Amino acid sequence: MHLYFFGMLSLSFLHKVPLIRSPLLPQPSSTSRLSPSLLCFHKPSFRLPSIRSMASEGAEDHRLKRIASTIRVIPDFPKPGILFQDITTLLLEPEAFRDTIDMLVERYRDKGISVVAGVEARGFIFGPPIALAIGAKFVPLRKPKKLPGEVISEEYSLEYGTDKMEMHVGAVQAGERALVVDDLIATGGTLAAAMRLLERVGAEVVECACVIELPELKGRDKLDGRPLFVLVKAA
Amino acid sequence: MAVREGKEQDPRIPRIASSIRVVPDFPKKGIMFQDITTLLLDPKAFKDTVDLFVERYTGRDISVVAGVEARGFIFGPPIALAIGAKFVPLRKPKKLPGEVISENYVLEYGTDCLEMHVGAVQPGERALVVDDLVATGGTLCAAISLLERAGAEVVECACVIELPELKGRERLNGKNLYILMESH
Repeated sequence: MHLYFFGMLSLSFLHKVPLIRSPLLPQPSSTSRLSPSLLCFHKPSFRLPSIRSMASEGAEDHRLKRIASTIRVIPDFPKPGILFQDITTLLLEPEAFRDTIDMLVERYRDKGISVVAGVEARGFIFGPPIALAIGAKFVPLRKPKKLPGEVISEEYSLEYGTDKMEMHVGAVQAGERALVVDDLIATGGTLAAAMRLLERVGAEVVECACVIELPELKGRDKLDGRPLFVLVKAA
Repeated sequence: MAVREGKEQDPRIPRIASSIRVVPDFPKKGIMFQDITTLLLDPKAFKDTVDLFVERYTGRDISVVAGVEARGFIFGPPIALAIGAKFVPLRKPKKLPGEVISENYVLEYGTDCLEMHVGAVQPGERALVVDDLVATGGTLCAAISLLERAGAEVVECACVIELPELKGRERLNGKNLYILMESH
């Protein structure tokens, strides 16, 4: 069996809550329906914060615990030294996926948000369910040459070189209130580019929402004061 | 956009069809590209699209919805969430971080490859494949192969749009195809 667990995931219920590194309880996963190969998706050594350290309601604890426990960490992907946060295992747990969407929908319904913009490709998984639930349109933000119509482009930095993100002209109107969604924020370069695209057409970016943050990469600082909301922080 | 004729003309379909934009000469000359991004800008049309699929697949014991990158990622997850199934992304090479199985398929010029995580799907699971559009059927055929290699039973393929002249329906290994509309 492969062991993928070198990282520790901890939970933040509010983005002001500090990163928690306390020893955690083992996850009572539904292993009865997992095959041996799938057991590597639910790592016994994944530990969860003790409930007492969380200043929030019991139900929310339970949902975040389950969400965090379903995320798989894969070392050395895409290159050595990187601990990749794999959300595909969260998507294999219908209740955890449901909870992820519900927690974000609860935050954003009734906020007058008419646009949910999702960053290709994993933002396409989380953005549309939120958009559908809050009655907003979904706007895909894509790599170059994928969108067929007229686009506006925003360049952003990578570790080596640059990349471009595109949005269809006319997708968003001036004055619309927008939410940007992606699975994870690392350096913040992608989210910052997404925000700039929306602001260039006159939208107001209300918040950026991600399932996971890697706080040590300080992506939050790249967002120019725009609020960031995350469900889980990964050390 | 030609709306499909026949007994199953749901009243929601004309609005969905009219929300889809055709972009000529994309990605190359002669191709009339069916752009679903404009459907996504109409919350009612998008909701109706998802509802039509959910109504068809609820209560059929489907535990897996597999969506083909990237536009299958837009339609697949809402269906999966509504019917209580897991969502499995099928991706271009080197995107999935864990151990994968791969299936090659033929393009007009050359070949491409679709991948799925090992362990995502269990033998005996009933699966639905979702994409925005079926053209030649090559992508869907690769998707079906991946799921069957993992031991799943592919119940049906579901797409918003079919280009029937490209005969993709015939390339699905005998699997049924359900669509909301055709484009000629």
